[in-house]
Amino acid sequence: MPRVLLLIFMLLGVAGTALAQTSAAPTDDAGQTTMASPDGEGRPSESVAPGVSKEEALRTSLAKFKSRDFDVKAEAIETIARSGHERGEALLQALLDRELLHDLAGDRIVLGEQADGGWALRDPISEEDVGRAEARAARPVIINNRLRQQIRDLKSVTALANPNPLNRREAARRLVGNTDPVVLDALRARQAEEANPLVKGVIDTALNIAVLRDPASHLNERLNAIDAVAGSLEPAVRNVLRDRLAQSDAAAERNAAERALSKIDQRTERYETADTLFFGLSLGSVLLLAAIGLAITFGVMGVINMAHGELIMLGAYTTFVVQQIFPDGHEWSLLVALPAAFLVSALVGIVIERGVIRFLYGRPLETLLATFGVSLILQQAVRVIFSPLNRSVVTPEWMSGALEINPIFSLTYNRLYIIVFALIVFFALQLVLKKTRLGLQVRAVSQNRGTARAMGIRSERVNALTFGLGSGIAGIAGVALAQLTNVGPNLGQAYIIDSFMVVVFGGVGNLWGTLTAAFSLGIANKIIEPMAGAVLAKIMVLVFIILFIQRKPRGLFPQRGRAAEE
Amino acid sequence: MRHSDLTTALTDRTAKTFLGILFGAVLIVALLNLLVPAESGLHVSSYTVSLLGKYLCYALLALALDLVWGYCGILSLGHGAFFALGGYAMGMYLMRQIGDRGVYGHPTLPDFMVFLNWEELPWYWHGFDSFGFAMIMVALVPGVLAFVFGWLAFRSRVTGVYLSIITQALTYALMLAFFRNELGFGGNNGLTDFKDILGFSLREDSTRVALLIASAVALGGAFVLSRWITGTRLGRTVMAVRDAESRARFLGYRTEHYKLWIFTLSAVLAGIAGALYVPQVGIINPGEFSPLNSIELVVWVAVGGRATLYGAVIGAILVNYGKTVFTGVMPEAWLFALGGLFVAVTVFLPQGLVGLAQSLLKPKRQPDATDKEADHEPA
Amino acid sequence: MSLRDTFRRDQVFGPLRPGTRPVRPGQLDTGGKHILYMEDITVSFDGFKALNDLTLYIEPGELRCIIGPNGAGKSTMMDVITGKTRPDTGSCFFGQTLDLTRMSETEIATAGIGRKFQKPTVFPEHTALENLELAMAGPKGTWQALLQPVTGQQYDWMAQTLETVGLLAQKNQLAGALSHGQKQWLEIAMVLMQKPRLLLVDEPIAGMTRQEVERTAELLQSLAGEHSVMVVEHDMEFIRSIANTVTVLHQGSVLAEGRMQDVQNDPKVIEVYLGETG
Repeated sequence: MPRVLLLIFMLLGVAGTALAQTSAAPTDDAGQTTMASPDGEGRPSESVAPGVSKEEALRTSLAKFKSRDFDVKAEAIETIARSGHERGEALLQALLDRELLHDLAGDRIVLGEQADGGWALRDPISEEDVGRAEARAARPVIINNRLRQQIRDLKSVTALANPNPLNRREAARRLVGNTDPVVLDALRARQAEEANPLVKGVIDTALNIAVLRDPASHLNERLNAIDAVAGSLEPAVRNVLRDRLAQSDAAAERNAAERALSKIDQRTERYETADTLFFGLSLGSVLLLAAIGLAITFGVMGVINMAHGELIMLGAYTTFVVQQIFPDGHEWSLLVALPAAFLVSALVGIVIERGVIRFLYGRPLETLLATFGVSLILQQAVRVIFSPLNRSVVTPEWMSGALEINPIFSLTYNRLYIIVFALIVFFALQLVLKKTRLGLQVRAVSQNRGTARAMGIRSERVNALTFGLGSGIAGIAGVALAQLTNVGPNLGQAYIIDSFMVVVFGGVGNLWGTLTAAFSLGIANKIIEPMAGAVLAKIMVLVFIILFIQRKPRGLFPQRGRAAEE
Repeated sequence: MRHSDLTTALTDRTAKTFLGILFGAVLIVALLNLLVPAESGLHVSSYTVSLLGKYLCYALLALALDLVWGYCGILSLGHGAFFALGGYAMGMYLMRQIGDRGVYGHPTLPDFMVFLNWEELPWYWHGFDSFGFAMIMVALVPGVLAFVFGWLAFRSRVTGVYLSIITQALTYALMLAFFRNELGFGGNNGLTDFKDILGFSLREDSTRVALLIASAVALGGAFVLSRWITGTRLGRTVMAVRDAESRARFLGYRTEHYKLWIFTLSAVLAGIAGALYVPQVGIINPGEFSPLNSIELVVWVAVGGRATLYGAVIGAILVNYGKTVFTGVMPEAWLFALGGLFVAVTVFLPQGLVGLAQSLLKPKRQPDATDKEADHEPA
Repeated sequence: MSLRDTFRRDQVFGPLRPGTRPVRPGQLDTGGKHILYMEDITVSFDGFKALNDLTLYIEPGELRCIIGPNGAGKSTMMDVITGKTRPDTGSCFFGQTLDLTRMSETEIATAGIGRKFQKPTVFPEHTALENLELAMAGPKGTWQALLQPVTGQQYDWMAQTLETVGLLAQKNQLAGALSHGQKQWLEIAMVLMQKPRLLLVDEPIAGMTRQEVERTAELLQSLAGEHSVMVVEHDMEFIRSIANTVTVLHQGSVLAEGRMQDVQNDPKVIEVYLGETG
C-alpha cells in the first residue's frame, strides 16, 4: 500500500510541478508588461509618409481590392498592415472572413453582411450604414491561399508587438518556419527589443530555422543554428532538421542534425509520457468522482446502489437547468449548479433510501435489483422531461482552452480543474467522515449497527443521511462530468460499471483504496489506449480487474479481522 | 428420501402439468397457423408464432438463470452473455448458409467481411458451415467460458455482490469486444439477413412453426433435466451451498465444484436458448450482451419466483408479454413499468408470483412430506 | 448374494469403524500419543493477537473442555483446526502426518474433523433427514451426488442418528422451522453422520432446556472414547458434569490445564475467569 500511495503522490507531484512552472510564466510576464511599449506607438508605421492622412492612405489601399490581380491585392494587404490605422487589423480579418465586398453599383470597397437575400453595407472605416445591395450587385473580395497566409503572417507580425507576452509568444510561434524576408525582418527587429526569455526563445528558434532554410547560409552558421535549436519541440524544427539530414553535403552538419533530432525525440517521448499521465490522472479523477459516492454507500453502508449512475446524471441535468435559468451567467452559474446538484441528488438519494432500500438492509442482492429498477425509472423520467436527445452544457470561458507548456504538451483547463476538483471533494469527504458528528455516527453504524443503536445513535437517520451524502457527491460528480461530455439520459450508465470496478478494486470500505484504484485504473487505461485503442484498453482493464478479484477478492486494501469475515 | 431419476422427473405431477400446458399451447398455435386459412378469425399469424417462439427462448434462458440464482444463490448479471454467445454460434451457421446469395455474392465470405475488404474467412469461422459443428459450438462456447470464469471465481471464493458485479463486467467487456469490427462478428450490425436453416427457408410458415416446436422441446427438455438434477443429492447440495456455504464446506463438500457444475450447465442452457432465438428473430448483434438485458432477465425470474423452475418460465413469459403490449401501446411507459416491477417485486414479493400463489393456497406442505417418506426405498 | 448386496456402497465408502477408517487411506496416522497437535500457534488480526503461542494436544478418545473468557481465542482456535483461518506461525497436525495448516476446509472435514458451530448452522430449506443425507460420510463429488441414490442401510443409519438426538419425529420438517435447541441437536447429528475422528463442539447447549442439556451431556460422554471430542462452553455447570480434562484459554494462550477441580482452584484462573463470573 505505501508503495502505491507513493506512486500516486509522485504522479501528483509531476502534475504539480508542471502547474507551478506554467502558472509562474504569466506572473513573470505581468512585470514585463510595463516595459513593453504601450499600444499603438510600438507598431511599425514607418511606411506612412507624414502629412498624408492615415485614413486617406487606407482608402487608397482598399480601392486596390477592386483589381483582379492577386499581386495588386498582396500589395494592398501589405500597405494596410503597415498603415498603423486602428481599423487595419479588423479590415484584414474581414477580408479573411469574406466580409469585405466590392460594391459593383457604387464601385467601392465596403463591409457587408448577408441580410434578407441581399447585402447590408457599411463603410469600411467609419462602420456607418451605407445602404443595401442586391445579392448580385456586390461580391466578396476574392483571395487565394497565398494571400490568406500573408494576412495571417502579417497579423502575427503585428501581434509581435502585443503588450501581453503570452500573445507575443503565440504570434512568434505562428511564424516559426516562415522564411518570408518581411517576416524575418520583423522577427529580427523584435528579437532585439524582446525582454521576455520565453518569447525570445521562440523568436530565436524561428530565426535559426530561417538560417537552416537559407541555401546561402554558411556551414558554421548552420551548425550554430542546429546547436541552438536542438531540443526545441517545435514541429518546424524537426522538419528542418530532417531536411538537413537528408540534403546536407557536409558530414558535420548531418551528424549535428542527427544528434539534435535524437535529443528532440527523447524530449518528445518524455512529454508524451507526461501527457499520458495527465490524461490518465484526469480520467482517474473522473472515475474518482463517479466512484467516491458509491464507495460511501457500498463501502460504508453495504448497499449496492445501481442508481448511482443516474444520480450522477441528475447532477449533470441540474447543471443544464441552472444554465437555462441564468442564460447570461455561464461564467459563474457553476457555483450555483454545484450546491444545487448536491441537493437534488441528495434528496433523490434520501427518497430512494427511505422508500426502497430501508426495506432491504441485509439483502444486498435484492438492493441491487431494486435500485436498478429505480435507475430505469430515473432514466426514463429524464427522457420524458428533457427528451432523449443529448443536451450540452456551456463550458465557462475560464475552463476552456489549455495551459500550453510547450508545443507538444499542454494541459487543458477543464481536465486540470477536474483533477483539482476531484481531490478537493475527496479530502472534503475525508474531513466530513473524520471530523464531524455525522461522520463519527456513520462509522459507528457501519461497524456495528446494534451497538451504535444502543449508544443512542438513530441509525435510521444516519442511514438516510449517509445515503444522501453519497448521492449528493454523485450529483457533484455530475456537474463535473457535464463539463466534459454531453448530458444525456445514458450518462450514468456509462459510468456505473467503471465506478463499481474502482470501488471493488480499491477494496470496499476504504476511501484511500478508492483513490488509488481510480488513479491507477485511469492511468492504466490511458497507457494501454495508444497501444491497443480505446475499446480494447477498456476491455483489457475489465479483464484485468476480473482476474485481479479472483486473486484478491477483497480488493487492493482489504479490511481484515473478525468483522471482515462475516 | 427422494432421489429422482429421469423417469420420475418426467412423470411427477408438476412435470406433467408443465409439459402438458407447454406442448398443448404450442400445438394449438402451430395448428391454427398452418391449417386455418389466413382470412379466418382463428388464424394465428406467423408473427405471433415467432413471438411465442421468442418467449419460449426467453423462458429457457430464465430457467437457466433460475438454476444458478434460485438454487445456488449465484446472482449472475452476465447470463445474457452466454445467451448471446449461443446466438452468435447459430448466427455464424446461418451466415454461412447464405453462401453466394449475399449482396456482394461472394461464395464464402459474409457481406460484412467483403465490405471490410477481408480476403479470407478468419480461422474461427471455419466449420460453421456444418450444422452439427455449429450446434456443438452453441453448447461448447458458453460452457467453456462459464467453466473458465467460474473456475477462477469460485475457487477464489468470490461471492455475493462481488460476483454479480464481475459477471456484469464480463458481459460488458464482451459487448465492447463484439462492437469492434476487427473481431470479425459484424461489429455494430451483428449478423443478419439470414436465408435458411438446414435448407428450409426462414420465411416459410412451416419453418417458423418447426422452430417454435424446437424451442418448446428444448424448454421442456431443460425443465425435465433441471427437475431431475434438483431432485438428486447434487441438487440438494447446491441448495445447501446457497443457504450455508461454509457449513457445506465443513461437511467435506468442495462447494466450488458444485457451483461450477451448475453454473456451466446453466450457461450451456442459456447458449441453447440463444441459438434457438436467433433464427426466430432474424438477427444477433452486440446489443444482446448489454448489461441491461442480463439484469432484465433477473427480473423475469424474480417476478415468477425463484427456485421453482416453472416460476422462472412463467415470469419470463409474463414480463415479455407485458413488454410486447406496453411497447406497442405506450412505449414511454415501458421502462417506468419495468423499473417499478424491479422495486415492487424485491420489496413486496420476494418469493415472486409462485410464492404468492403458494402462500394463498397454504395447506400444501403435508402431502409432499408423505410423498417423500414413501420414496425412501432405494431406487 | 442379492443384487442389492452387490451394489452396496457402504463396504467401500460407507460407515467404517474408527481406527480402520482414514478417508484418505494411509494418511491419518494415529500411531502417536496424540491425535491433534497444536504447537506455538499465533494468529493476529491487524496487530491484535487472537492466538498467542498456543500449544495444545488432544489424545485419541479424549473429551476435552475448553473454557475462557470472551476473546480468549476459543473460536479462532477452532477456525485454525478446521482450516478457516491460517495461523501466522506454528504448526497444527492431525495425527502424525496431516498438516492442517496446508489443507483446505474440505480436506480437513474429509480427513475426519467435524465441527459444530457456535451459532447452529443447518440447511434451513432442507428437511432434517436431507440435512443428514448431506452430512453423511461418503463420496462428496458432484457426479456421485447426481447419480448415487441413498441405500437402505444409509437410510437406516440416518434414521438411527435422528433417533439418537430425538428428532426422528421431525425428520420431514424443514430444518429452518425447528426450534433453536432442535437445530443444535440436528447439527450435532450432522457432525456425527460425518463419522469424524475429532469433533469440535462450540457451545452445544445454548438455547437448550434442562432435559436437553442432560441429554447432550450424556451424548458427548458416550461419543468420547470412540471419537475425540473438544467442547467449548461457557456453562460451568455443564463443564463440571462432563469434563475430565479442562483447558483454560486466556488472551490467546493456555493459562491452565488439568482436572476440573485442580483448574478451579488455580489462583490464576480464578483471577481471570472464574473470579469474574463468581
